[in-house]
Amino acid sequence: MLAHLPILQVIVPLMAAPLCWFLDRSRLVWLFALLVSGFSCLTSIALLQQVMSSGTILYQLGGWDAPWGIEYRIDELNALLLLIISTISTIVLFAAQTSLQKELPKERHTLFYSLYLLSLTGMFGIVATGDLFNVFVFLEISSLSGYALIALGKDRRALWAAYQYLIMGTIGATFILIGIGLLYQMTGTLNMDDLANRLPEVDQTRTVFAAFAFLIVGVCLKLALFPLHLWLPNAYAYAPSIVTAFLAATATKVAVYLLIRFTYTIFGIELSFSILPLQNLFMVLGLVGIFAASTAAIYKTNVKHIFAYSSIAQVGYMIIGYAINTPTGLMATLLHLFNHALMKSALFLALGAVMYRIGSVQLSQFQGLGRQMPLTMAAIVVGGLSLIGVPLTVGFISKWYLLIAAVEAGMWPVAVLVLLGSLLAVLYIWRIVEIAYFKPPVPGREPVKEAPWTFLVPIWVLVLANIYFGIDTRLSVQVAQAASQSLFGINP
Amino acid sequence: MILGLYNYWIVVLLMMIGFYIVIAHGNLIKKLVGLTIFQTSVFIFYISMGNVDSGSAPILAEGVSRYSNPLPHVLILTAIVVGIATTALGLALVVRIKESYGSIEEDEIQIQDQLTEDKT
Repeated sequence: MLAHLPILQVIVPLMAAPLCWFLDRSRLVWLFALLVSGFSCLTSIALLQQVMSSGTILYQLGGWDAPWGIEYRIDELNALLLLIISTISTIVLFAAQTSLQKELPKERHTLFYSLYLLSLTGMFGIVATGDLFNVFVFLEISSLSGYALIALGKDRRALWAAYQYLIMGTIGATFILIGIGLLYQMTGTLNMDDLANRLPEVDQTRTVFAAFAFLIVGVCLKLALFPLHLWLPNAYAYAPSIVTAFLAATATKVAVYLLIRFTYTIFGIELSFSILPLQNLFMVLGLVGIFAASTAAIYKTNVKHIFAYSSIAQVGYMIIGYAINTPTGLMATLLHLFNHALMKSALFLALGAVMYRIGSVQLSQFQGLGRQMPLTMAAIVVGGLSLIGVPLTVGFISKWYLLIAAVEAGMWPVAVLVLLGSLLAVLYIWRIVEIAYFKPPVPGREPVKEAPWTFLVPIWVLVLANIYFGIDTRLSVQVAQAASQSLFGINP
Repeated sequence: MILGLYNYWIVVLLMMIGFYIVIAHGNLIKKLVGLTIFQTSVFIFYISMGNVDSGSAPILAEGVSRYSNPLPHVLILTAIVVGIATTALGLALVVRIKESYGSIEEDEIQIQDQLTEDKT
């Protein structure tokens, strides 16, 4: 049983997705999905423990040895990502039933949970597998179910957003497919580890450069790196609240994982940062992304839009850490992956609670909510502080390490710009706080009650995690450090 | 040399045509058609890649010693399925868009969205 954990992680939600159709009773399916997600969570914790104590886990599918058969490979980085995805998914799912009652007709609930589990499977698969083509297939599983989940939104604009996401996402995935093909052509292998060994022989060829460019562009489309982020704001804003909370916390993180995996493991650091001016390119795009997206967030009137743009800005921080290209920089990126998942899921869940009570997340509707929904609004404030990077929240920790990394690498201007970018976050968070706490309630509206406990529990679990991991950083820093050092080939 | 690689030229040409249609056309169905052409070019790319000169199908038979590489062909079978799923989902979305917007032209949909945005 214990030896089969890597495959169980992927196969359990995959099998569970069609089973949802046999239960076909809204509440029952929800409990089932929650159970499956909780099981994945336990699996990923067990995997992380195993990896931290005894190193990389290899799992041969069907008993075929690695270069021929498909191999699942779990090292510190994979285990960290699996933990993030499964935990967030479980916590978010806890609130799903309540939220869906308001946002989705009952006959679509089964569909929702089965798509949700498929999307989860896709993400687990991308992270767990050590085979390039598997990455593509799982990427499409998670993306296709993701498009459908977004299209379930109540607003008709959700359909349009899902369509645009489908076009952009498919272009991205096809680019990745081309890149994989070119690499296979040069090396005759799809196994990541094997590829890493064989690439040095052919690494100065045009085909490999082309493969690299295709893979990077494809992944950047998926992770919504500025200026390839156009699909993201509407997709997040009009999807059902639960979907937004889930995707915002996981989907882009998985793409960042792929970027790291491609460049560090497969192509190797030297090759990755020498054939293209990747470091400068990503540094500039990351910084521009932070400023452009934060500025856009300041002018938006839909709160989901505000946080969607802020997600693009936060991706900018991750990319900057990545572009610094030192073990500390990469560690800051990984920390921010973890921390941003905590912040964004808390924030979007809180917005889901607002949506549940007043049926809208327009900024003007937030008037007076500070008094009427004190716990929910307090969660938004703490989450917002975390986004800004105030001490005692997780946001501070990741920005702190990012600054250290920038200064260590002698990039003072970057450090200053990162701090300035945080000031922009203060502006858009303050707008929400000001309207919620200092404006009288919307005239003529019935007083709004606090969100139900099924919402408050998951929201506050996440908010407390935001604070806890901002104070006690042992787990997150230790894992991120181990992952980044193993990627740089440093033995601790 | 250059003509010998004609299948790759076809791939590049199809890829560009497909990509251009996706970007340039405002009709949602045409966009999906472009996307399909774009994906199909990648299928052809994989199939050409697996071909071995005068190689036969990868089966065990008398007098056959050169095989084409079956792996890219098998891989692309999966990618074709994925492509079909994408197209089907895209078309289903277009149907729903047509139902709720009454149009499948990008600019008309954007105008309607702008109107809704101004109202709220």
